[in-house]
Amino acid sequence: MKVPSSFHRSRSTPQETASYLGRSRRDFLRSAAGVALGSTLIGASPFVRGAAAAKRRKVIVVTFGGGARDQETFAPEGQQYIPHLMRELIPQASFFTQVMNQGILGHYVATASLATGVYETLNNFSAVPPEHPTVFEYFRKDLNRPPSDAWVVAPSNGFNRIGESEYRSYGSGLGARVVLPKHLLSAATSGGNTDYEHLLHDSYENPLYTPQLAGGEFELQQLEMILKLSVDDFKAHALTASSPDELSMYIVRRLMQQQSPSLLWITMHDIDIAHAGAYSLYVDAIRRTDRLCSELWKAVQSEPEYAGNTTLFILPDFGRDADEDAGGNGFQHHRTGDAASRTTWMLAMGAGVREGVVYDSPMQSIDLVPTLGAIMGFSASQSQGKPVRELV
Amino acid sequence: MFPRDLKAEQFDGYPPEARKLAVAHLSALQQLPLSFAPSLLREVIDYDYRFPAERASLDQELSHLSALSPAQMQEWFQAFAQFPLSSKLEHFDWVNQPGQFVEQLSAYLWSTHQLDDFRKAATAYGDRLRSAVPPDPPAGRRLGIAVIGQGVASYHAPLFGNLRPHGTYFGSVKPDSGLELLLAGAAARAKAQPVLYGHWYVDGGQEAEHNPILTCISYQRLEPLRAALLKNVNLEIARPGMGPEELRTHLARLTPSDLGMDKAGDAVLDRFQMKLFTEGSGTQIFSTTFAQWTAREALRRAQPMTLLVRFAPRQQQKPMNEMLSNASSRPDLDPTGSLIDAEMGAYYHWINQQRLPGSEQSSFLVWFEGHNQALVIAPSLPRGSASSSAMDLGQLLVLAAG
Repeated sequence: MKVPSSFHRSRSTPQETASYLGRSRRDFLRSAAGVALGSTLIGASPFVRGAAAAKRRKVIVVTFGGGARDQETFAPEGQQYIPHLMRELIPQASFFTQVMNQGILGHYVATASLATGVYETLNNFSAVPPEHPTVFEYFRKDLNRPPSDAWVVAPSNGFNRIGESEYRSYGSGLGARVVLPKHLLSAATSGGNTDYEHLLHDSYENPLYTPQLAGGEFELQQLEMILKLSVDDFKAHALTASSPDELSMYIVRRLMQQQSPSLLWITMHDIDIAHAGAYSLYVDAIRRTDRLCSELWKAVQSEPEYAGNTTLFILPDFGRDADEDAGGNGFQHHRTGDAASRTTWMLAMGAGVREGVVYDSPMQSIDLVPTLGAIMGFSASQSQGKPVRELV
Repeated sequence: MFPRDLKAEQFDGYPPEARKLAVAHLSALQQLPLSFAPSLLREVIDYDYRFPAERASLDQELSHLSALSPAQMQEWFQAFAQFPLSSKLEHFDWVNQPGQFVEQLSAYLWSTHQLDDFRKAATAYGDRLRSAVPPDPPAGRRLGIAVIGQGVASYHAPLFGNLRPHGTYFGSVKPDSGLELLLAGAAARAKAQPVLYGHWYVDGGQEAEHNPILTCISYQRLEPLRAALLKNVNLEIARPGMGPEELRTHLARLTPSDLGMDKAGDAVLDRFQMKLFTEGSGTQIFSTTFAQWTAREALRRAQPMTLLVRFAPRQQQKPMNEMLSNASSRPDLDPTGSLIDAEMGAYYHWINQQRLPGSEQSSFLVWFEGHNQALVIAPSLPRGSASSSAMDLGQLLVLAAG
C-alpha cells in the first residue's frame, strides 16, 4: 500500500476495468476458440437433476495457482502460454470471464474463502482452519458421505487445515482429508536427500517460513494404505517430477484411482514463483499449469469412475497486479487490490455443462461453493455467495 | 494516541533533519487523521536519507498542508477520517515506527474489507495534491537505457513486444562497442546537466568501466552486503518466536552499519542500496530482479535524468533454501531465461519512467547486447514502426535524444 504521493491518476474505475477485462476475454475467446456468447442462450439448466444422477456425480476443483494475469493467459499476447486451455479445454467448456475476488489476496486465505463461500479473514501465513464451514463439510454432512469421499491436495504446509473449519455445527470429523504432497515427500525422504529439494518449496509469498504441522495431515503410513504406493515407488516417481505441482498431480491421479472421491479439490501454486520477480519462471509455471490441467482432464476421461460423470472447475484464486498500477510492481505481486488482481475467470466443463459458451456476467469467487451445492445437492447455508445461474 | 496529541519532543528520536521538518510542520501533522499521519511520517522519518527529489516533494507537500486552514484540512482529509481503526492501531507507537504502523494498517484494511475505499481516498488525495502542487518539471529530457540479453548467443523469438507500439524498432544495429558508447553517452549527459543523483548506471552483474560522474550500483559490488543480509536473516529466523511479521520489523530496523557497510560512505546511497535487499522481493537471489527493482526504485525515488540499466544472467532456479543460503559461489546461470526477465524489466523501466514529470518529452532505448536489435522511443520517432538503417549505439542515442 502506497500513500500518498506514489499514487497516480487512474484512467478508469475498478468496475470499468473489471468489466473491460471480462469483455476482452470474451472477445478474444469468441475469435480464437470459436465459442458462443452465453447471454444469447436461453433455456433451463444443463444439469440433469435427480437423486440417481447426483449420487454418481464427481466434482473436481482446480485452483490455477497462484494468481495469473490476462496478459499471460487470455489476452492475445498471453495465449502462447496456455495452448491446452485454449485448444483443448475451452471449446468443451463454459467460460466465465469476470470472476471477482473481493477478499484478502493471500493464497491461503483466498483459497479458504473459495472453499467456504465466505471472504475469510484468517492470517494468511498461519496454519489455522477457516472460520466458516467448508464445502467439504456441507457435502459430507448433508449427503452423509464418508471421509474418503472428499479430498484436498494442497501445495504447502500452510494449507493443512483447509479441509475442515472450526464451525460449531460442522467442523471436527466432517471435513475433507488433506494431502500435502511436499510434506509427504519430506517425510518419505526424512528430509535427508537433496535430490528432492526442488519439490519442497513451501510458500513463495513467504519463502522463509514453513508453518509447523499439527494434526490433520496425511500421515506417511497412509501412503501405502490409501494410495497403495510404497515409499520407494513414491520417491522414485518424485525424482521424475519437475515441480511441486507435478508432484501434486501425481498424487491426484493416485487418489482418483484408489479412492475415487466424489469431491476433489486441487490447489496449485507453481505460478507464485512470480514473487521472486523472474518473469521467465512465472510464464514457465503458467505453461506447466496449463499442461497439468490438460493432463488432469485426460485422466478424468481415462478413469472409469470419472469418465462421463465429472464436472471440472478451473479458476485462479485471484489475479496479479497490473503493470499500470504505480502501487505495485506488475506481475510480481498481488498487493495493490487493483481490478487486475481482483478480476479473474472460471472454466467449467464436463458433465452437465454447456460446451463452448462464454458468459461475461460478473460473479464472485464466493459463488463457487453454493454453485457446487446446487449441483451436488447440499446446502451451503453459511456461504455469502449465490449459485451461478448458468450452471444450476 | 492520536495525531492531535502530537508534541515536538516526540520527534526527539528522529534524525536531525527529519526532526526539524516534523517540528516545523507540527500544526499540520496534528490535524491529520490517524489513518493518514503515519504514512506521511514514514516519509519524514527517513528525510535525512532521502534523495533531493524526494526531499523537494515532501517539503512541498508539508508546506502546502501547513498553509491550509483548519476547515480546508478537514475537507481534504474527510475521507481518511471515516476509517474506523482498531484499538491496537490507536495504541501503536506510530510516531517512532510509522513504517510498521502502515504495514499493520494495511493488514487491518484488508481484513476489514476497507482497502478498496482506502485506495480510493489515497488516489483522490494524490490527484488533488498534484493539482495543487504540480511537480517540478525535469531540468531536461529524461533518457532511459536498458541493455538486455548479456551472454545469449542467439534468440529467435521477437523481442520488445510490449515496447514496439510505442517506438521504432531497429533490426540492423551495429553492435560494436555498444556498451561503451552508451556509457559514454550517459556520462556526457551527466557532464552537460550536472544534477546530484541525476545520472545512474545500474548493472545486474559486474559493472563495466565507466565515468565516476555516474551514480553506479552493481550486483557484484553489493555482493558483501547481500551475503551479510542473507546471513543475518538466516540467523534471525532460527530464533525462537521469530515469525514473518517479526522478521519484517527486524529488516525495517536494520541500518547499513548493521550489515557491515562503511560508515564513511554515502549515507543516502548506502541506505538506498540496503533497502534494495531488505524491501525488495527476489532481489536477494536473482540478479535480474535486482536490476529491475533497482531501476524502479531509482526512478520512483531519485527521479534521475539518465538511467542506464544493464541486465546480467541470473542464477538458475534452485530450491529456495539453497538460494537463500547463498552457499554456491559459482551458481549455474540461465542466460535465456534472464533475457526474458530483462525484456519485461525493460518494459517496466519505461513504464516507471513515464510516471515521472516530463514524460511526454522522455526517451527510451533498449538494446539486445552484442546483437543487432534495438528499439528507440522518442518524441521525434514514429511509433510502431521499424527501420533497417544500420546505425551504431552512439547514433541511436543521438536519435533518442532528438
